Amino acid sequence: MNEKSLPNGPDALYQHYLSEGRLMIQKCDACGRHGFAPRVLCKYCGSGRLNWVAPSGRGHIYSATVMRRKPEAGGDYLYALVELEEGVRLISTVVGTAPHEVAIGSPVISQIERSDNGPRIVFKMAGGAQ
Amino acid sequence: MSADLRSKAAIAGVGLYGLGEAPGETHLEIMARAVNSALDEAGLSLRDVDGLFTSNMNNLLAGVSVAEYLGIVPKFTDATNFGGSAFVAFLQSATMAIASGMCDVALICYGSNQRTASGKLVSPVEPQPYEAPYGPRNPISAYALATARHMYQYGTTREQLAEVAVSMREWAKLNPDAFKRDPLSVEEVLNARMIADPLSVLDCCLVTDGGGAVVLVSPERAKSLPKTPVYMRGVGVAHTHKSIMEMPDLTVSPAAISGPRAFAMAGVGPQDIDIVELYDAFTINPILFMEDLGFCEKGKGGTFFSEGHSRPGGRLPVNTNGGGLSCAHPGMYGIFTIIEAVQQLRGEAGARQVRDCGIALVHGNGGTLASQATAILALER
Repeated sequence: MNEKSLPNGPDALYQHYLSEGRLMIQKCDACGRHGFAPRVLCKYCGSGRLNWVAPSGRGHIYSATVMRRKPEAGGDYLYALVELEEGVRLISTVVGTAPHEVAIGSPVISQIERSDNGPRIVFKMAGGAQ
Repeated sequence: MSADLRSKAAIAGVGLYGLGEAPGETHLEIMARAVNSALDEAGLSLRDVDGLFTSNMNNLLAGVSVAEYLGIVPKFTDATNFGGSAFVAFLQSATMAIASGMCDVALICYGSNQRTASGKLVSPVEPQPYEAPYGPRNPISAYALATARHMYQYGTTREQLAEVAVSMREWAKLNPDAFKRDPLSVEEVLNARMIADPLSVLDCCLVTDGGGAVVLVSPERAKSLPKTPVYMRGVGVAHTHKSIMEMPDLTVSPAAISGPRAFAMAGVGPQDIDIVELYDAFTINPILFMEDLGFCEKGKGGTFFSEGHSRPGGRLPVNTNGGGLSCAHPGMYGIFTIIEAVQQLRGEAGARQVRDCGIALVHGNGGTLASQATAILALER
């Protein structure tokens, strides 16, 4: 990939990686912690030495709620807070499992979902037959 | 040293207007009527006001718009929008302004017509790129996440959350100004329409109109004014995040920081508090705040409410006006915690009066558990 074509800002870089089908998060060279949402300065130590790394994609459901919605509008859906192995949390949803069946603590694995609204990170339940 | 602000200001007047429905009135009109009420009982007028402390969800430059409407050119203005906790946080800057001599008469004020204007909670619209793709409903999605995590970690139940709502209603029954006063049972809350599990519509605060105002002056000046002074003994403000995604621990709010700051300034502890007035945006809030403020152990907030301690006759009354869940909630509730506490301390609370009430804790919440402000108000300086 042509380095010159990468966007400048962390926010835009995140979206750029996403559009390439990659979940990338920042890791601080100074304190070693991973952080999310993307920033210019590490939210833990204030250093500007932030690099982009590919997380394992594994995490667990830290919390979740079922957003109630009429069937004709699409039906109930899951709004979840997933904690990745690396210690960062992101808002997401779970695909392939009914919203009421997703329990807090469940292991999940990330994937990129593409739609007319653009790419987004989603998760599917991990463990058992894939 | 934070203790330098202890009792450096006193509340000389409070005013309420339009709690519930105020059709045909703008948010500034509702606010101004409350302002008039507060200044009137303080024996002061708008010409005396030289410090303005205000925020709202209608005006981008709230301090500037409100000053224009009231016709004042303040020496000191604070219009920091912390969300609903702003008005309790204003006790900090107002006391600093008075103590430093930057202003003599501080006016904290708020008004909203969200119910009759739109019927919905008025929230500012800004891009939320890391949340929007997943269809949040603000702010209930975030509060539902916090509630679900508290249930997972501490075994808090929907019944306990319902007991919070029922407790608020018990107080509202004693308050003629409360919007919802009909009986409420735990069963009704459990059977109410779900919005974002585990929160039902009865786990959510009301959407009403309403305005409030609070006038602060120096303790010396307060003694010369008509109403019994209520001293600003201590205040603390803290915010740890904006998005629930970045909240360090979903079961611990920044009240765990603002509370100790306020208690330290006041020189008292949770055991000294007679009544608690806090921002109950959802039924999880009182549970979290009673824990974080030190009234019960972390994780035991649900038990505190299910054992009935917060109700009329209980050992620690909470939200003696019925709170945001049953009294009123015009978008930003913080100022109403102060006004109710003052009325209780002065012995003006009528049927809902708590006996021997000398020290109150007021607590405001802003955003999605994001910004918290705690203050200790007392009859003794």
